[in-house]
Parts: sequence; structure tokens; C-alpha cells
Amino acid sequence: MSAGTVRAPGPATNESARARRLTEWVFRIRELGIVLALVLLIAVTAILEPRFIEADSLRNLALNASIFAILAAGQTLVIVTRNVDLSVGSVLGLSAYLAGDLLSGNPGLPLPVVFALGMALGAACGLFNAILVTWGQVPALVVTLGTLYAFRGLAFLWTDGSQVNAETLPEAFLDLGTSSVLGVPYLVIIALVVVLAVGQWLRDYRSGRELYAIGSNPDGARLAGVRSDRRVLTAFVVAGALAGLGGVLFTARFGTVDATAGVGYELTVIAAAVVGGVAIFGGIGSVYGAALGALLLGCITSSLIVLRVEAFWQQAAIGALLLSAIALDRLLGLRIEAALRRRSARRAG
Amino acid sequence: MSQAETPVVELRDATKSYGAVRALSDGNLVLRSGEVRALMGENGAGKSTLVKVLGGVVRRDTGDMRVGGEPVDFHSPHDARDAGLAVIYQEPTLFPDLSIAENVVMGYHPLGGLKRIDRRAMREQVQGLLDRLGVPLGPERPVRGLSIADQQIVEIVKALSFDARVLVMDEPTAALSGAEVERLFTVVRTLREQGAAVLFISHRLDEVFEISDTVTVMRDGAVVHDARIADMTPDEMVRRMVGRELGALFPKQAASIGEPVLTVDRLTREGVFFDISFDVRAGEIVALAGLVGAGRSEVARAIFGIDRVDAGHVEVAGRRLPPGKPLAAMRAGIGFVPEDRRQQGLVMDLSIARNASMTRMRALARLGLIGSGSENRLAREWAARLQLKFHRLEDPARFLSGGNQQKVVLSKWLATEPKLLILDEPTRGIDVGTKSEVHRLMSQLAGDGLAVLMISSELPEVLGMADRVLVMHEGRLTRELSRAEADEERVIRAATGQVEASA
Repeated sequence: MSAGTVRAPGPATNESARARRLTEWVFRIRELGIVLALVLLIAVTAILEPRFIEADSLRNLALNASIFAILAAGQTLVIVTRNVDLSVGSVLGLSAYLAGDLLSGNPGLPLPVVFALGMALGAACGLFNAILVTWGQVPALVVTLGTLYAFRGLAFLWTDGSQVNAETLPEAFLDLGTSSVLGVPYLVIIALVVVLAVGQWLRDYRSGRELYAIGSNPDGARLAGVRSDRRVLTAFVVAGALAGLGGVLFTARFGTVDATAGVGYELTVIAAAVVGGVAIFGGIGSVYGAALGALLLGCITSSLIVLRVEAFWQQAAIGALLLSAIALDRLLGLRIEAALRRRSARRAG
Repeated sequence: MSQAETPVVELRDATKSYGAVRALSDGNLVLRSGEVRALMGENGAGKSTLVKVLGGVVRRDTGDMRVGGEPVDFHSPHDARDAGLAVIYQEPTLFPDLSIAENVVMGYHPLGGLKRIDRRAMREQVQGLLDRLGVPLGPERPVRGLSIADQQIVEIVKALSFDARVLVMDEPTAALSGAEVERLFTVVRTLREQGAAVLFISHRLDEVFEISDTVTVMRDGAVVHDARIADMTPDEMVRRMVGRELGALFPKQAASIGEPVLTVDRLTREGVFFDISFDVRAGEIVALAGLVGAGRSEVARAIFGIDRVDAGHVEVAGRRLPPGKPLAAMRAGIGFVPEDRRQQGLVMDLSIARNASMTRMRALARLGLIGSGSENRLAREWAARLQLKFHRLEDPARFLSGGNQQKVVLSKWLATEPKLLILDEPTRGIDVGTKSEVHRLMSQLAGDGLAVLMISSELPEVLGMADRVLVMHEGRLTRELSRAEADEERVIRAATGQVEASA
């Protein structure tokens, strides 16, 4: 810090540092909290049932969380702009069936082409959502609730009750969902790359930061010269494309696909984002938090299954986690706001 | 560059209508490099619309706009910014979840390798700007929780963050203290010396005469006068803005003043207002004066129980109100006409009758059902008493003019037969004719023994209507003036935090 001659640098520098510490602390406590919960959960489950931390079991855990983490990354983009995408489960279903249908018909099709087509289909669905939200000025909740059913309906029409079976799919494709390199499954690597890429975009690039501005104050963003419609459109398209990617990976992992692939995923994905600290009213949250949230939700489900807890309690546990995450956010938010207000007052007085 | 022949900005015969309302009918403005031009006019004269046209927020319907001699047509604020126009708007445009630094550079972050945001450069750039204004704020601090004055400073820093050829400021000083205004003016003068053109909107005449070179006066959506500031006097300025004599506007009747109806005792909300104590008596009109952001509306909201308070309490006719319960405040006999009638005062899509009877739903209900007959009867009665101009009572409230909308809000509260009426900016955005009707009504109500607490930013209204003036500055009550003591200078001094020599 250069000591200015205009003013005493003391208080400002101190205040700046203190404020920085305060905000950083909040972000850390949010993501650290999830990591801590994860560690606790795994430790407790492992004590009760040691097989939980065998390599195979952990591998499954990671595989299960991967697709959700990819979807949660996309969902974060949308939620940060104060929108929501409820159609991701249906988009995943469409693209999963597309991948299965294409490959069982033409086993020789290069895999990158299948991925590209799956993501393109997802992006198209996202574009449709985005156009209704930005140009149509319809709330995202309503638009994507509509497309949640519409896209699922399309999947039923298209599959016509049939399903794709693992036997008809090429081996190389199925390997993607199960094989590993150096002990790390491909699926997990893909998820990590996606989460890191989207996370970096949202953190360190202008267009990513503008998504936060839009979610934090939509009118203000417009006045600040942010091209809001274009950015919201991008968020929906990327979220759609990632749901498309998730669909292709779904087929690779499970092999068997029918029109019901990914039913109900949207709620799990939104829950993961919220548990991970993404504020449902936009402006706050990170892709990394959302991905951690997906991992935590996956872990809870697995651990409850391992511990042979009844299915009803599994749902209740996830609900309880969601509520406590929201309560924690609200509590932290209130405390910080009060602290900042007091500080501002002291300065003025 | 001094006194360049081509104006930096030129607006010719611009018009803008919102539906049937013509907000701007004759927008003519010329800004030259190295000049500070004041834009003056009453509320609703069309200043903000003109600013929004310049800033690309709204598009003009007709007319010509040139920047540096080239015809331009801004489709968005982004275009305006790229053309070198920085605008500070009246309404807050900040992002509460983000840091001050990000608020300032949003969309124009300094970039490092791989086009990634260079956070250190961003911090240093914004720290530099804050230092230049001499503000002890850190760039990393989140905007949430900043006082209104600090938020205004962030807006100014935002406008200074790029080398603007034109700086437009819509009431930038409204929430600033004397020292902060001085610092802002120093910056404005520096910009002027560097050849920037500045358009400056303020309601404080002394500031206008201090900083401006030229002045444009607007009235009823049109530019009516254009002059060098040296050729103007404050009196002439006011006459041109108002276009009429002031005296006849405020028909205040004498009223007999009774017992205290409202007693506010040491009310405090941390960071917003502190230690507010006063009372309002039956038949009395008390004005709460002060600058925008001084905490007046917040005090009113707290009295009515909308916002929570950290300390202090409110009594109505000697009975203490439970904090944070608007329904209890209503039952105790408080009516609250909020500042923003479109958002908070009315349900715009509901009928006039339903809006007017909103507060009386319980009384009108038979077996839990409300018939439209009883609603209409009530609404018709009040419509007649307030001389409401409407087509049908079933029409949605949004079709009414601003003044008539305000009458519906008033009738809604008067129907509850309140003991105390809180009016937040009762005549904002209302045409002159209806304005004096509202004033006559207020005066009549006080004459009937109603206690009135009025918040107003229009000084003539405060001085014309109030029996007593309470002045707030930065969340504190700084002065109490009787009707006889109150004059423009005293109120403004107290509102801007200047202490008078003899207390």
C-alpha cells in the first residue's frame, strides 16, 4: 500500500483488510463447512460399516456424484442470474436416449460426434428456455416447469416405450462410464474438468462476473451496461449443454436407457447447489460449492443405504440437510449484514 | 480543446412518451467540452427522462442526438458508455452481493493473461479512485450494508472509472455531507479542466451557483430556458422552474392543536437512524424534512412497524405499539401513505373500488365474503369526497393519473378513520393542479383534528404546509423549527449538517 498524502491511510487500509477477511471467511466457512460435513459423514459411516471406505465403494460414490456435479455446475450459472432451470432432468433424458439410439444404430460412430450431438441437443433445449425467459419475459420458474414436462413428453414420443440396452452399445463407449485411468474413473475426470472450467469462468472472467451482477441487481446490471439478455441466454445454453453432456454420460454409465432417464434429477441438482451455498435469489455462490453439494448429497444417500436406513428416512435426511444449509446461510447473512451496517454507522458517526 | 466549436453532446427536439403520458416534449440540450451545465426543474419536469435518453436507458421517440458531431442512437446503456458518456442515476444501481471494486469495474474489469480478471490491478485501480475522492472505504468491502452516502460515492467512483467525455449526474449530492460534496466538486472541476463536459442535476440552488457555468431549466417536460449562470439570479431560476407565483399553492388553514397522538421515543435502527424522539399532536401537520437518504422514510416505516428497530418505542394516544407489527399500528389508528404508490400504495391491476376498500375488507365482509356492492358504495363515497376523476370504479388503478392514484391511496386510509396519517412524499410526480387539491385536503383533515406526519423533499411544500418542521441529517434529528422559524435557509442548513452559529 502506498501511503497517500491526501489522507491518513490507516483506517481505510485497516477497514479494507478487515472487510476482506470477513468476506473471505464467509466463503471459506461455507465451502469448508461442506467438506467438514463430508469428512464427518464418511468417518461415522466407516466406523459403523467399514466396507463403506473400500476402494470399490468410494469409486461408486464418486461415479454417482459425477453426473450430478456436472449438472450442478450448469445449474449454478442459471441460479446465479436469479433464474432457475427445472428442465435439466428432462434434457438429460432426451440426450441420454439420443446417445443410446445413435450408438446402437451405428456402433461405428465416433464418440466425439455422439458427445457433440448430445451437447448440441441440450444447448438447443437451453436456448429454447432462454428465448422464452429473455424475449418472452416469462419467469424462468414457469418456463422451465413447462419445458420439464414438454421435453419429457418428447422423450416418451420418441422412445415410444422402447429402451436401449447395454448389449447393443459399443464397448468403448460403456468403458467411459466404468473404466479408470490411474485408478481415477474417466467419468470423474470429465466431471472435474467441467467443474473447474465452469468454475474458473464464473470466477475469473468478465462475462462470468456479469452473471453475478445480473442476479444481484437486474436493473442495476442493465444500467451498468451489462448485456443482460445475452448473458442469461448464455447461462441457459451452457446449462442445457451440460445437461446434454450429463445425458451422454448417463448412457455410458448405466447402459440401459428409456424415456424415464433422469426423472427427478432437477430437484437433486438444485438441492445440491443450494446446499453448496448458491443463493436461490441469485448473486451469490460458486460452482465449486455446488459440486461439493452434489458430492455431499450423493454421500448421504450412499451412506444411508449402506447403513440400511429405510428409504423414507433417506429422503427426510436430505430434506433436513437442505433446511439446515438454508438456515446457516440466512443466519450468516444476517450477522454479516448487521456487522457491516454497524461498521458503516461507526464510520459515519 | 477549450471551447471547441462542435458540442460534445447535442440533443435536438427529443420527445419521449410513456403510454399517454408525455414525459419529455421538447428536449433540447447542448453540452460543450470544459463546461459544467446545471439541469434544473421541479420534480416531474422531465429531467430524469432526459438523462435516461442521454444514457441509453430509454430511446427517444423523435428528435436528433449527436455525440462529437456524429449522429448516434443508443440502444442500451452499454452504447452510451462506449460513446464516453458516464451517468450517475438517481436510483441505486449497485450490486449488493459484490465488492465495491467489482461494482466499479463491472463489465470492464482489468484483464491479465488468458483474459482472466486481474484482481490485484482491479483492487489498485479502485483504491486509486477512492483515494482521489478521499474516501476511507476499502475496495474489497461488499456493498451490502453501505450507508446511502457511501453507496452514492461508489456510484461516483463508477462513473469516474473510465475516461468519460461526458459526466451526467442526477442528484449526486442529495445524500452527501458538506465535506463530501466539496470533494466531489473538486473532482468535477478537475474533470472540467481536463475537457470533460458535465451535466449536473441538483435541487440545491447554492450548489448550482457554485459549480455550474451554464444552466438549462425544464418545466412540464420541456426545456424552457437556457442561460449562463452569471446572468441568472436564484429568484429568476425559481420563477422559471415553477412558472407561477409560489404563494397561492399551499392553502394551509389554521387548526386548533390538541393532545399528542403520536409519541416517538428514542427510536434507533443501527446504521439507519439514531435516537429519534418527537411527537405529533391532533390537528397538527409535522413535516419531516431532510435530504434523500437522511433516514426519513425509514423512520416512518419503523413507526408503522414495517421495519424492525433496535431500540426505542412508539406510542399512539398514550398506548405503546408492539414493534414490527403494521396491523397493530393500523388498529391503533395510523394510516400510512408510502412514497412509492405504484409499488407499495396500490395494487395496480385491481379495480379502483377494491383498492379503495382494501383496508376495510374485514368491516365490509358478511360471513367472510365481500360483495362488490358494499365495496363500490364505500369507494363511491370517498371518490366523491376527494373529487376523484375516474371512468368506472371497476377500472384497474393503473389507468388513473398519478394524482388520482394518490387520492385512491388516501381514501383507502381515510376510510379507516385514522388518528394519525403518515404521508411519505404525498405529491411526488403529481401535476400542479391535483397537487394543490392534495394540499387542501391535508389541511382540511388537520382542521378536523387528524394528526399528520408528512415527509417531503420539496421545500416549498414543507414550508407551506407544516406547523412544525423536524429536520433530519444522516439518520439524526438535527433541528426542530416552528412554522414561524422555518425558512428555506434554516432547513437546508440543518439538512446538510451545517450547524448554525447560535443554537
